[in-house]
Amino acid sequence: MTDLALFRQETRQWLDAHCPEEMRLPMSEEDICWGGRHFTFRSAAQKAWLEVMAARGWTVPGWPKAYGGGGLSGDEQKILNEEMARINARPPLQSFGIWMLGPALLEFGTEAQKRHYLPQIARGEIRWCQGYSEPGAGSDLAGLQTKGVDQGDHFAVTGQKIWTSYADKADWIFCLVRTEPDASKHTGISFLLFDMESAGVSTRPIKLISGASPFCETFFDDVKVPKDQIVGERGQGWTIAKYLLTHEREMIGASDNALFAKTDLVADAIQSVGVNEDGHLDDPMLRAELGQFLIDEICFDAHMQMSGAYMRAGHELGARSAELKYLGTELNKRRQSLRVSAGGADDLVWEGTANSAGQAAKDWLRAKGNSIEGGTSEVMLSILSKAVLKLPG
Amino acid sequence: MEVLSEDHKLIAEAAQGFLKAGHGVEAFRALRDAGDDKNAALRSEIAGMGWMGILLPEAVGGVDFGYRAAGLIAEAMGRNLTISPFLSSAILAATVLRAVGGTALQHWGPRLAEGQVTMALALEESTKHRPDRIATTLAETASGLRLTGRKGFVVDGGAADRLIVVAKQGGACVLVLVDPAADGVVVTEQFMLDHRNAATVAFEDVALAQADVLAMGAEAEAALAQALAAGRAVAAAEQLGVAKAAADQSFDYLRTRKQFGVLIGQFQALQHRAADLYCELAQADSLVAAALNALDAGSDDSELLTRAAKAKLARVGRQATEEGVQMHGGIGMTDAMDLGLFMKRDRALSEFLGDAGHHTDWILRHRGI
Repeated sequence: MTDLALFRQETRQWLDAHCPEEMRLPMSEEDICWGGRHFTFRSAAQKAWLEVMAARGWTVPGWPKAYGGGGLSGDEQKILNEEMARINARPPLQSFGIWMLGPALLEFGTEAQKRHYLPQIARGEIRWCQGYSEPGAGSDLAGLQTKGVDQGDHFAVTGQKIWTSYADKADWIFCLVRTEPDASKHTGISFLLFDMESAGVSTRPIKLISGASPFCETFFDDVKVPKDQIVGERGQGWTIAKYLLTHEREMIGASDNALFAKTDLVADAIQSVGVNEDGHLDDPMLRAELGQFLIDEICFDAHMQMSGAYMRAGHELGARSAELKYLGTELNKRRQSLRVSAGGADDLVWEGTANSAGQAAKDWLRAKGNSIEGGTSEVMLSILSKAVLKLPG
Repeated sequence: MEVLSEDHKLIAEAAQGFLKAGHGVEAFRALRDAGDDKNAALRSEIAGMGWMGILLPEAVGGVDFGYRAAGLIAEAMGRNLTISPFLSSAILAATVLRAVGGTALQHWGPRLAEGQVTMALALEESTKHRPDRIATTLAETASGLRLTGRKGFVVDGGAADRLIVVAKQGGACVLVLVDPAADGVVVTEQFMLDHRNAATVAFEDVALAQADVLAMGAEAEAALAQALAAGRAVAAAEQLGVAKAAADQSFDYLRTRKQFGVLIGQFQALQHRAADLYCELAQADSLVAAALNALDAGSDDSELLTRAAKAKLARVGRQATEEGVQMHGGIGMTDAMDLGLFMKRDRALSEFLGDAGHHTDWILRHRGI
């Protein structure tokens, strides 16, 4: 038996023995385990699943063992994903620490920072949020104005962030701050880490059109940030931020499957609209639109699988990650739009028992943000036209 | 984005290198201007490289490289607008022969592989692709088997040495091999918009021998289905090559054409359209590769993927060629530029073996609606 086949066999046995039955059921948004100081586990099984996976390093299977990871190769990670999918095992932990800060620390952090912060992320002890966008710095992120004034042993941080995901629930923040007021736009930014319980930090949730409040406005009033809590050099923050944005889109590319949870559009349409005597959906225009969507979905899935294999073969996506972000988010907007079209009047119900009890409408509204957050579709197209097509600037 | 095997990489490079050197768009123009829609000289050259036997078993003189390899060759042909009987003979006819096997494969396989003969599939009977609406009839009479009917859009039919005709016998599907020179066969050549030939063929009480029947019933249906799946996937690959070539020329134009004192590629309106086209081509490339790989692996989703690829390329090919003309402006409308040539080939490939609507409808039926 090859090493990988053996790994698959052992992984399958271990998962069978250790993944609680409850953690193999379909999950909703509320079932996500985010970890953190104030996280309330929804069940004993959820807590046990996190602990047993964290002990094995499998909350972050690709990270080195020394920092709480599993030390798995790309092929081994793919096998672990497949074996977890096989039994519908829920992810034991999801967080911005895993997706974003961790990779930045692995690339730019000091050894002391890696040993301090990474295991806390792997065990789900500290929940992180990302302080990037500001009211005056959206697509033009490098125009950010939150300032960090050098006070000898610390920076005094003052300013405002916006679209900070779950800032009201986070324990720490990784934050882009202008520490070099005399440097150029792109070289005056530093990447700082600090505790959200520090004096001078406050948050205010933003209510979205979907009714939910996943984002906050975050305010800093003279927040003291010790100087050893800077990642990389002073003024290197933009390089790290760009690395993270690319990495985020690359993770999308390496995920080997859809970016977004899929509902069965066809089954929903049959249930809602019905089928006529020819065996066709009883709404020819909706049927035609659905057909075009299905072709594009099959196409995008094939592209995601190719990109996953491409990255496992050791290639980097680089700017091409923008291509997956653009295609994937635009496709999801179409998916959600078709879903509510199929649902008709039932999916106008905001609260109640009809159909999805407002979930389809909320998902549809939430999806409008997909092509804005993490870089708008227009920013993606601009990146591609310059970095890949080499069109003049 | 596909990680090609070393063998496939070599095939792709060899195909593009060979075709670009002597059989590129300039050569295509020369053929067109001379009224040559057959390019007979190329056939023995590509047969010598194994392309005409790309899908045939080694036992009958083929190289048996598989569908992915065939797709890479077709993509290079699309890029270079190469006129050849590759799709009709090396893909459609070879797949039928391979599926039916027996003496037909033993006899015709080596001749196809060596480029001695070409074959065309006589399938269509209406303006749109309707493989399940066949009125051409094979009848058992007192004087033997007789074939009667009429076929259209028989691609490469004007030059083919044999026609593989899809007919019905007592309601069952039957595939017969017909010599176009036989009594009662009337071949009318047509010069198509893409400067290729297709024929309409009338069969008036054509006498056939039992040996001319390649397959009947379920066996005939299976062989036809395999040939159509292969033909669609490889046609999609050729269309991908056409679309990429059109897009590349247009992206080049955006980098060099000046208006208002600046390069037009500096205009965001054009940058975003170019980048959108690039993204669509990138994902279409993955889908074509997935479809061809699925055919090679014989996987269950090969039918779904080949049809999705054919439907997707119909849309992306149109986007690439239409955007190409628009980005070039007036000069894009001239015969001196290649864009019109790509647009015409793209149009023909979209209709060939089913357009986007045909295959989208199949996928919807497959999903139960």
